[in-house]
Amino acid sequence: MNARRTLATTARVLTQIRHDPRTIALLVVVPCFLIGLVAWIFSNGRAFQTIGPAMIAVFPFIVMFTVTSVITLRERRSGTLERLLALPLAKADFIVGYALAFALLAAIQVTAAVSFAVWVCGLTISGDVLLFFAAALTDAVLGTSLGLLVSAFATSEFQAVQFLPALVFPQILLGGLFLPRAQLPDVLHAVGDWLPLTHTMDAISAVAADSHGTGWVLDELAVAAAYAVGALLLGALTLRRRTP
Amino acid sequence: MPPGAARHPTTVVDISDLTVRRGGRDVIPNLTLAIPAGQVVGLLGPSGCGKSTLIRSIVGTQRTRGGTVTVLGRPAGTRSLRHRIGYVTQAPSVYDDLTIVQNVRYFCRILGSSRGDIPRVVETTGLEPVQDRLVGTLSGGERSRLSLAVALLGRPELLVLDEPTVGVDPLLRRRLWEMFHDLADAGSSLLVSSHVMDEAGRCDRIVLMRDGGVLADDSPGALLTTTGAADVEAAFVALVGASASGRGSSQDASP
Repeated sequence: MNARRTLATTARVLTQIRHDPRTIALLVVVPCFLIGLVAWIFSNGRAFQTIGPAMIAVFPFIVMFTVTSVITLRERRSGTLERLLALPLAKADFIVGYALAFALLAAIQVTAAVSFAVWVCGLTISGDVLLFFAAALTDAVLGTSLGLLVSAFATSEFQAVQFLPALVFPQILLGGLFLPRAQLPDVLHAVGDWLPLTHTMDAISAVAADSHGTGWVLDELAVAAAYAVGALLLGALTLRRRTP
Repeated sequence: MPPGAARHPTTVVDISDLTVRRGGRDVIPNLTLAIPAGQVVGLLGPSGCGKSTLIRSIVGTQRTRGGTVTVLGRPAGTRSLRHRIGYVTQAPSVYDDLTIVQNVRYFCRILGSSRGDIPRVVETTGLEPVQDRLVGTLSGGERSRLSLAVALLGRPELLVLDEPTVGVDPLLRRRLWEMFHDLADAGSSLLVSSHVMDEAGRCDRIVLMRDGGVLADDSPGALLTTTGAADVEAAFVALVGASASGRGSSQDASP
């Protein structure tokens, strides 16, 4: 691996996205719009205080997962990946370069979404606000890593988009969006314990309600980060210099 | 041929008994070929004859089934070769949502060549007038020239170009061939594929391919002399006819 090549890849991806202002606008506006909609739906009562944090876990995760898998798939299909792999570029340079670029986008998106939820929609964060940002950012980066990985298993944009209901929706359901995890059947609760998104959803909800200590939250985020790194490693392994 | 006879010091690519299987059939059944150094070698043959597969085997992006491919003295695909080969894929592999200069700059950083190389390759391929335009707005010919410009970065010893002149106007095509010869004069070796037979006359040497095999490997002049044909296309037809009748009576009897 080589820092110059990794950062060159990050800069290149960011330049590409800069030429597509509509994608940037969608990245920032869509999660805010959805969070605002949910806040409005639950405006009679206190349900938004429990659902709001889960929304901040879910929407950036979905958006980053989709954007990443489609953009990476485009690179695989356009022939530029074949060219890059015939050049002195390590697979890790490519994957980490992409991950850094999308992590930066995720940071922008999460800042917008959290600010909107707190200052416009009136979401109360009882715990540390910085820790809340950190948890939300880990969550979005996790979405990015999983998106990078699944793009390897899709041969068309249609398939990449189908991975969303196939791989992401079950994680949202078992992560406790509709029914708190404590009330799930035992088997589903146990399955949920092993899903990546569960850990960031739990961490984000815990900071919002200030129900667990900082150490516990950091442990959950560490597990999520381990999943993200594992997905990136697997993603690097799926890059083949020689193809059939 | 005794073993090692093809390992002439002045060859850049040595292929022996190469077999490549794709989609359940041997697209290259058993191919042996040597590419001389310092020349412009044309790889000619109809679409689907295995040119791109052979090129990908040389560059090291093709999974092969058997045989050896030695490039610049090392097995194809070796890490140290990635600095020494310039490769242009058949479809221009550049980023549509970057400008020409941004594309070249990115690949320049990946190769670690000096920034002074950027204006040089843009100028060589005649792209300065459009250098700040987004690639997505360019014509097909400009995109393939950009793909070529990227391959010229770092002055590679071997340039492998898969159909670089497709969709290029005749004047520019002539300029590109002149540039290929300039590069060869400066010490590079070039392998240029084309399915247009009349480009054969511009090569120092031509390799005619058909059905994944080498039909002829000679200089254009010698090829015309041995076949008695007026042009390379006629030579191709004559060679196909000769190899078909040479396979025996069962072949001749088929309708």
